[in-house]
Amino acid sequence: MGLSRRNFLKAAAGGGLLAASQLSPVPVWAREPKTRLPEALGILYDATLCIGCKACMSACKEFNNLPPDPSSPEGLWDDPLDLSAKTYNIVKLYTSGSGKTKDQEEDGYSFIRRFCMHCVDPACTSACPVEALHKDPITGIVKYNKDLCIGCRYCQIACPYNVPKFEWDTPFPQIKKCQLCEHRLARGSYPACCEFCPNGASIFGEVQALRKEAKRRLSLPPGSQATFPVHRIDTGEYRYATVGHYFPRVYGEMDGGGTQVLIMAGVPFNKLGLPDLPPESTASHSETLMHSLYKGMIGPYVLFAGLFYLVYRNTSKKDLP
Amino acid sequence: MTESQPLEGKILTKPFLVLAALALVGGVLIVYRYVFGLGAVTNLSDGYPWGIWITYDVLVGTALGCGGYAMALLVYAFNKWEYHPLVRSAVLTSVFGYTLAGVAVFLDIGRYWNGYNLFLPWRVNFNSVLVEVALCIAAYVVVLWLELAPALLETRSDPKAQRTRRRLETLLPIIVSLGILLPTMHQSSLGALMIIAGPKLSPLWQTPLLPMLFLITAIAMGYAVTVFESLLSSLAFGRPYETPLLARISTVMVGFVGIYLVIRLADVVLRGQAGLIFTDNLTSVMFIIENLLFLQAVIILARPANRSDNRWLFISAILLLLGGAVYRFNAFLVGYTPGFGWRYFPALPEIFITLGIVALELLGYLYFVKRYPILPKAEHA
Repeated sequence: MGLSRRNFLKAAAGGGLLAASQLSPVPVWAREPKTRLPEALGILYDATLCIGCKACMSACKEFNNLPPDPSSPEGLWDDPLDLSAKTYNIVKLYTSGSGKTKDQEEDGYSFIRRFCMHCVDPACTSACPVEALHKDPITGIVKYNKDLCIGCRYCQIACPYNVPKFEWDTPFPQIKKCQLCEHRLARGSYPACCEFCPNGASIFGEVQALRKEAKRRLSLPPGSQATFPVHRIDTGEYRYATVGHYFPRVYGEMDGGGTQVLIMAGVPFNKLGLPDLPPESTASHSETLMHSLYKGMIGPYVLFAGLFYLVYRNTSKKDLP
Repeated sequence: MTESQPLEGKILTKPFLVLAALALVGGVLIVYRYVFGLGAVTNLSDGYPWGIWITYDVLVGTALGCGGYAMALLVYAFNKWEYHPLVRSAVLTSVFGYTLAGVAVFLDIGRYWNGYNLFLPWRVNFNSVLVEVALCIAAYVVVLWLELAPALLETRSDPKAQRTRRRLETLLPIIVSLGILLPTMHQSSLGALMIIAGPKLSPLWQTPLLPMLFLITAIAMGYAVTVFESLLSSLAFGRPYETPLLARISTVMVGFVGIYLVIRLADVVLRGQAGLIFTDNLTSVMFIIENLLFLQAVIILARPANRSDNRWLFISAILLLLGGAVYRFNAFLVGYTPGFGWRYFPALPEIFITLGIVALELLGYLYFVKRYPILPKAEHA
């Protein structure tokens, strides 16, 4: 059977439909990046105030009922090397050269605390197929609901900080991560890490207030004495400390679309294991693409109609197979 | 009136028993997985939460199952009925490729008892690429069985079966249209899955064109697997070769791959990432291997004489299938770096479970071609 003009046109129409469904470089339905919630809650961690005592780690374990996570062969100590399903919060150490001066990039060291950043526009909640991970519409806390979770682990692929952790050694696993001590918030308390931080390195509060506080710290002259709130931003409780030499930026202000956990340090953030991220979340890229192709299912319906027309015309002339 | 016929012959042959043994080993390990958890049989970690069950069983497995899709596109949408004799066997490979990819997903998800939530619209997050993939693949498995059903019903003599068959045949345009629409959607979405991984995926693979590149390679692999399967079954069952038809399919195939290579390389260059190709590390080497496999297939098939030579057809089909498979492994594992210090290589039980699933696919294929009219009727000279 030769390729008649008519068949060619039909084929071209079909190909055009297929191509149109794919080639959409112009984001027709761009998903705008999400903005900060007005009453969002978060934590400000200031590495220059952190003394590496790990009180936050043991408090986190105690109040989240997490088991020890030994990494040494004897298994005597709770000394996790990284976040895991047993460890929602960890203090790590950066060293360089002689490692003598605190909060200095060369020949210095810095502590860095890692836990869920509670993103403004979280990739994990966009990835999660069943809303097992979801962002609280008021507090912005990224919460986990095990009753919905299917254990697909797409959240782990999506998270730029590798925060969600999976229980690999049980037949009935869950995803585990920091939920900002949501159970403590529910009874009027606040995250254990902040309550037990003796130095005001981690303070809890409304993100708006925390951002203001971070900006204030950046504007203070390094080496001077200043007041620093402890435990939480809104109680008026404070201590005096020497202002550190800050790296002139707050991590989480814009990174990956912004986070509700804000980090300050004397060492560039990428040295501390915090990824360099573009100012918008990968969730907005992914959703823009999906919405462009599937918004209202218009694309698939049009394609289906076109295909049906072609297939119907082509089969009705032929003996059925 | 039919152009297909069952092969007949013994089911319990030696290869069949070997495959059955492999499937059995896989089955035992699967029981172990459900009793002791994923960590007991896999090397998956919080850094590499997806391993070969996703990359091979789902990504490569469904791409190898695109024969039915690629052939339906050619025959029904582009009205090329001369290829129709190859449709049924292509659909059969698709049925097994996709059905067992679905099974693999159930092995992989940790909280499988909650899996039903995916099918409750009020619990589903429609922003998730994975939802599109999961629902679309689930629907396509049903469509594939409906596409295959007339062939299975054909052998039955009772009037009820024949009534069902006729009813299915009147619905054919709808079933076939869905059978083209759904793979177009989910094969592209499989690529889109990695967009949200952002900078964790090397710029050699991370591109907004991921969905398009996955779709084109899936279609090309669909044609390649049809050629591969036709030649192999002619060889294995001592049937006449379909060389003239395969030559024409390979013309279509080489067109797809040629276009693909142009887009693929132009994309890397235009995004300013071409330097990464020559950095002499694992990702650059794998990128080169991936694209050389495609390129070699194009070079072979560019010569018309090679397209009528069974040996070159077979080699180029294999090169193409390997190229598509390496592309998928690269985009999901090799090019994926979750951070410092994470490593992944599949554990032995993990590999054996995948082998068991592949064995089950082949067992199903062998049984069905012998009992049902799937392969084209042999025309004896």
